[in-house]
Amino acid sequence: MTAILYLASAVAFIVGLKRLGGPRTARSGNRIAALGMLAAIVITLVTEGILNWGVIVGGLVVGAVLGAWAAVRVQMTAMPQMVAIFNGLGGAASALVAATEVVDTDLTTLSAETAVTILVSVVIGWITFTGSLVAFAKLQGLVPGRPLTFAGQRLVNGLIVVGAIGVAIWAGVTGEQVGYWVVAGLSLLLGVTAVIPIGGADMPVVISLLNSFSGLAAAAAGFVIESNPLIIGGALVGAAGLILTVQMTEAMNRSLANVLFAGFGTEGATEAALMSDRPVKRATPEDAAISLGYADSVMIVPGYGLAVAQAQHAARELADVLEGRGAKVHYAIHPVAGRMPGHMNVLLAEADVPYEQLLDLEQADPQLPQTDVVLILGANDVVNPSARDDPGSAIYGMPILNVDRARTVIVVKRSLSPGFAGIDNPLFYNENTLMFFADAKEALEQTVSALRTF
Amino acid sequence: MSALLVGITVFVLAAFVGFEVISKVPPTLHTPLMSGANAISGITIIGALSAAGLGATPLAQALGFFAVVTATVNVVGGFLVTDRMLEMFKSRSERERARK
Repeated sequence: MTAILYLASAVAFIVGLKRLGGPRTARSGNRIAALGMLAAIVITLVTEGILNWGVIVGGLVVGAVLGAWAAVRVQMTAMPQMVAIFNGLGGAASALVAATEVVDTDLTTLSAETAVTILVSVVIGWITFTGSLVAFAKLQGLVPGRPLTFAGQRLVNGLIVVGAIGVAIWAGVTGEQVGYWVVAGLSLLLGVTAVIPIGGADMPVVISLLNSFSGLAAAAAGFVIESNPLIIGGALVGAAGLILTVQMTEAMNRSLANVLFAGFGTEGATEAALMSDRPVKRATPEDAAISLGYADSVMIVPGYGLAVAQAQHAARELADVLEGRGAKVHYAIHPVAGRMPGHMNVLLAEADVPYEQLLDLEQADPQLPQTDVVLILGANDVVNPSARDDPGSAIYGMPILNVDRARTVIVVKRSLSPGFAGIDNPLFYNENTLMFFADAKEALEQTVSALRTF
Repeated sequence: MSALLVGITVFVLAAFVGFEVISKVPPTLHTPLMSGANAISGITIIGALSAAGLGATPLAQALGFFAVVTATVNVVGGFLVTDRMLEMFKSRSERERARK
C-alpha cells in the first residue's frame, strides 16, 4: 500500500514537470509536484515508525522557515545565486542521508553493492554541495567571477580523483569508517577545485550541471536506502538538468569538457586592448532617443549587464514609450545571456513584459535584417560577429544574434572593455553602431526622458 | 532480481521519462523548470526523515537532523520561489487584464 502511495507522488512529479514545460500550465505543474512532495512526506511520517519526533519536527520547522524566508526575500536579479545554493543543499541532504547510514551500520558486514551505493552517494552529494557554494560565491561576487587557475591545476584535480577512488576502494573492502570520511573530505575539496577555474559567463552550464547533480545525488541516496521515490525523483531531475546543460553548451558551440576544464576567458585580453584604440561613434541620450523614436521596429538584446544594473523595469518603460509611438518592440534572448538558463526571461517577467514579446535565438535572428534599431543592454559575446567571421576567434562557431545586419545598432555599455571572454567585439567599430557609454539603467532613463521631449 | 538491479531499472526508465517530458521546454521557462526540478530533487527529504527518525546513535540523529533541515529548505524554498517566478510570467492579454 505504501508503495502505491509513493508511486502516486512519483506520478505527481512527472505530471508536474510536464506541465512546467508550458507557460499556461507551469504554475499548476509546480503545485502538483509540491502536492506530490507533501504526500510523500506525510506517508513517510505515518508509515516509518518514527521514534525521534523532536529531531524531525525541529528539522522541518528550521528548514521550512529558512526556505520560505529565502524564497520570499530573494530579488529576481539574485535568482542564479538562489538556484545555486538550493542545488548545493539538495546535494548536502543526500550526502547526509548516506552519512547516517555510515555511522549507524556495521560497515564490515556490508555487501559490496551497498558499500558502492553509499560511496557513490557521498561523492556526488558533497561535490554538488561545495561546487554549488563556489558557484554561489562567484555569482554573489564573493570570489572573482573570472577563472581562477594555477599551474598544475588539472594535475591536482586528477590526483584528488585518483586519491578518492583509491581510498573508496580501501574503505569499501575493509569497512573502515575513517575511509568513508576521507572520501567525503576529498569530494568536498573536489567540488571546490572543479568549479573555481570556471568563469562567470559559463555559469549557465555549471548551474544546469549542478542541478542535474542534485538530482543524481537524490537518486544515489535512493539506492542506499532502497527507496523508489528517491530514485525516480532524482532520475527525473538528473535528466532535466542534463538536457539544459547540453542546450547551454550547444548555445556556446563548446563541449562540456571545454567548459569545465579550459579556464576559458583568460587569454586574448592583450590583443583586445590593442584593437580598442580604434575609433567608435559615441551616442548621447538624445542621439539614442532620435534613432529609437523614429524606428518602426526595435529589438532589445539584454545581457548580464541588464541584471547587474537592475535595468529590467527601465527597459520595459522604454519599450512602452516606443510602443506608444507605434513601434514594434521585441526582446531577443540568447540562450546563454546572463548567468543561468532563462535568467533574462525571469527578469523581464518581473518587469511585467509579456512572454510573447520575448523571442529566442531562432525566432529573433531572421528578423534582425528587417529591424530598424537594435538596442543592446549589457550583452557582448552573444552579439559578437567574430563568432561568425573570424576562424581565429576563441568563440568562433558560437551561434550569435547577427545584430550587425540591422539598420542601426545602439550598444549600451559602461566602457569599451572586452566582454567576459576577453575578446574584442568588432561590432563596436561598425559604421552603423552607436556606442552609448553608461550604466544600462541610467542610459534607459535618460533616453526615456529625451524621448518624452519630442 | 537484486534490489540494486531493480533500482537501476527504475532509474533508467525514470530518466527516459524525464528526457521525454522535458526536452521541449521553451527557453522562457528554463529558470522555473530548473528551480522546480531542484525542489523535486528534495525528495531526498523522505530519506532524511527516516534517517533522523530512526537514527540509533546521537551522531546519526545529528546528521539526520541536518539532512532534514537542508532537504526542507530545498523543498519549501524551491517550490515557493518557483511559484513566485511563475506568478510573474504573463501573456499580453493577462497583463492587460491585470492593469485594468
